[in-house]
Amino acid sequence: MFYRLSGVHHANYVSDSRIFKVPADRNLAIFVFLFGLAAPFLLPSLYLNSYMLPWLIWTAAALGLNLVTGWAGQLHLGYAAVMAVGAYSAIHAARFGVPWEFALIIGGLASSVIGSLFAFAALRVKGLYLALTTLAMQFVMDWVLTHSPAISGGSHASLQSPTLALLGQDITSDTGYYYVAFGWCLLVTIFMLNLKRTGLGRALVAVREKDFAAAILGVNSFYYKILAFAASSFIAGVSGALLVATFFFLAAPEQFSVAVSIQVLAMVIVGGLGSIIGSYLGVALILLVPGLVNGIVAGGSQSLGMQINVETLAHIPNAVYGALIVIILLIEPLGLGKLYGNIRDYLMVWPFDQLRK
Amino acid sequence: MDWIFLSELAINGALTGLLYSLFAIGLVLIYKASSVPNLAQGGLTMVGAYVVLALSHDAGLPLWLAIPLAAVIMFGLGFGIERVALRRLAGRPVVMILMMTLGLDIFLRGTTLAIWGGTSRSMELGVSYEPFFLGDIFVSRIHLVGAGVAISLFVAFMLFFRSRTGIKLRAIADDYMASWSVGISVERGVGLSWALASVVAVAAGVIWGEIQGVDQALSLLLLKGLTVAVLGGLDSILGAVVAGIILGIIENVGADFLDPLVGGGSRELIVAAVLILTVMIRPHGLFGRHDIERV
Repeated sequence: MFYRLSGVHHANYVSDSRIFKVPADRNLAIFVFLFGLAAPFLLPSLYLNSYMLPWLIWTAAALGLNLVTGWAGQLHLGYAAVMAVGAYSAIHAARFGVPWEFALIIGGLASSVIGSLFAFAALRVKGLYLALTTLAMQFVMDWVLTHSPAISGGSHASLQSPTLALLGQDITSDTGYYYVAFGWCLLVTIFMLNLKRTGLGRALVAVREKDFAAAILGVNSFYYKILAFAASSFIAGVSGALLVATFFFLAAPEQFSVAVSIQVLAMVIVGGLGSIIGSYLGVALILLVPGLVNGIVAGGSQSLGMQINVETLAHIPNAVYGALIVIILLIEPLGLGKLYGNIRDYLMVWPFDQLRK
Repeated sequence: MDWIFLSELAINGALTGLLYSLFAIGLVLIYKASSVPNLAQGGLTMVGAYVVLALSHDAGLPLWLAIPLAAVIMFGLGFGIERVALRRLAGRPVVMILMMTLGLDIFLRGTTLAIWGGTSRSMELGVSYEPFFLGDIFVSRIHLVGAGVAISLFVAFMLFFRSRTGIKLRAIADDYMASWSVGISVERGVGLSWALASVVAVAAGVIWGEIQGVDQALSLLLLKGLTVAVLGGLDSILGAVVAGIILGIIENVGADFLDPLVGGGSRELIVAAVLILTVMIRPHGLFGRHDIERV
């Protein structure tokens, strides 16, 4: 009823390899796109700035990590370090006078180069040991950032981002920042949606499932692993740069610490490995719900007249964030994307699901 | 080069390293029984230290009673964590198990701090801070005590693995399918390994809490503990002890050489480098089993 399949026939390969095979999916995507486009006129600027904007940029970043972890199956615990490389190179380039368009690309390429170093670990080991190696690399990057004033910007270890300007327009308004984030997230999403139906995507999945089986099929796993790391690092770099340019305005090493790496991985896994809609949902859950719960607890305790320690309130979001990861993994290890898929599958045949049984 | 100074660095490094082993033994116990890399060990250590503090400072129990009582509580907590969180994920890809332990770590840390607050508190074990001289070499007393605890735990576990229950655990570690088929309760064995690791976390929490104060920084031991566990071989308790000593010496002596060159703080860098090199050159560690899957 909601997902009408009647009359949907795929009679040739071109129609069968469409991004949205069911019209309802396409309509939903168009609706979400239009909502995103109209959001600055619908939402107050506080919501736009402090919820929508970080949500979109983190989603782009999470999709990049999903490319390497969900599609290519390589564990990556040093993603924030790669984002840091992009952010710092782009901002240094922009401060140097390079136009922002090129500065962003420079940031992405610098991230690709450094991110490919992580791939060399992936060529040697996989699974747990890869996770540990990338974790150690994250610590090395953290150390380099905090110990080189030339990169991190002097004694206060913070680097002011110059005014963002794209296509000759200075971007200073909230709406402008939002549209930059929206555009970037849209680009990454379109790339990821198309990845599924290209040879590259299928090769990555083959490498994920079994690398020597992929080798037998003629897929060079060496090449595709490096490609996956480089592509995901490019996305990470640009996302990191945009995050600083439109949200933080000030780059500091703590913004890209190991906790952030874990947070992005949590977003991807809670969202579902290899699921695009899942990444959106996962980021929303991890990024927005802890603050929301904290607000509810603070408001609730006030209205009930209870006194809650300030320190307790400060740490509740962390506890909630950890609990969310645990709970989602217990309910559905395949993540929110799978939950969404289950609901969609149910609605696909509703109300005729009785007929199947 | 001053040999006395160098040996002082080495001995103190070795003692600190044994304290890392104290932490790493917990990781190894769980990995050995269930092949789960327990990234929540840092959180468990922190909880252990805070529970001891709650019993001794807040409830007013003497330390000799508070520590065993905390060990009992943590034993139950470890069992509970395995039962509720990890058992459901058995057989899932390692990325989900890793994420689960990371989530547990974040949850344990957040909850502990929400309950007891984030200000650093002291353990007050009553070990004196008077300098202690071995010949000409200055050694810290609390480090000596901690190293003693680490060694005695190691010996205790060596003996434990010869007992009937210990042999069951070894059988599970070796081949859980076979253990199942001869009637060993694999679930209970894995639960026991989590419980024991949580008890080890109490010991680590008490000693490290005395050294650096009980606060959030306790969970930052994770990188060092992981490095020790990987260097020794993730499934070898002997490896954890030996690797702890090695890492402690490398870190202390290396930091002395490197710090003037890079302007301080090179310890983290050395530890990370040791971890990367170990995984690249010898992923199964010094004493681990050789069945690591290479690409």
